[in-house]
Amino acid sequence: MTIGFEKALSVHAQALTLRSRRAEILAANIANADTPNYQARDIDFSAALASLQGQDGALKTTHAAHLPAAGEARDNLLYRTPDQMAIDGNTVEEEQEKTAFSDNALRYQATLQLLSNRVQGLLSAIRGE
Amino acid sequence: MSLFNVFDISGSALRAQTIRLNTTAGNMANTDSISSSTGATYRARQPVFAAQLDAAGEAMGGVEVLGIVESQAPLRREYRPEHPLAGQDGYVNLPNVNPVEEMADMISASRSYQSNVEVFNTSKQMLMRTLSLGD
Repeated sequence: MTIGFEKALSVHAQALTLRSRRAEILAANIANADTPNYQARDIDFSAALASLQGQDGALKTTHAAHLPAAGEARDNLLYRTPDQMAIDGNTVEEEQEKTAFSDNALRYQATLQLLSNRVQGLLSAIRGE
Repeated sequence: MSLFNVFDISGSALRAQTIRLNTTAGNMANTDSISSSTGATYRARQPVFAAQLDAAGEAMGGVEVLGIVESQAPLRREYRPEHPLAGQDGYVNLPNVNPVEEMADMISASRSYQSNVEVFNTSKQMLMRTLSLGD
């Protein structure tokens, strides 16, 4: 029986990366809440995670100038559709962004907890206690 | 690690909102700075916000202040012949600062500042938790 770290951490490691990416995008929205003509962005989390999971064995880009292989968009960043657009063309709705940010932060911590449990399991297996 | 970028992003917003609060404070302080000539009269100042772009022209997430512009609204003129700075016609020039607008701007800036501090703190907590992974 072999235990692969990749296998043990599985989807949680990828989910964590994606959560932190989403935190960055939402932080950018909140930072630009007063910037004229700024368009709020977001990612479709489940779609992004599914595309990450389907990438096992996909081509890696090892240089900044490399182009991603087909079907492997760098980021599937979407634009948010505002309920009420500001008069200066800004589409950030602070309440919505703040809610999404807190929600994302909580889910990040949940994923982290699951990951932590996996690591602890691996540690006890290694120690053989 | 994307979470470290959040500090840059929120930090840039804190900086921009501080500049906005500073210009508002300057405007409010100069509401009654009377002057005799139109050229020397204080004019309301506003910072211009823009999304930070990288070399390739893609949004980096942060916000930057492109510059500070002076309001083009007409100056207020009041008839005060007894004032030492009054012109030949007895009028003095007052800045085009609108205190109501400035107060609303101040509240908006302070709320945005608070939001960004909150984002900053939450990200810090997330990172600290990540650092203690597996403990």
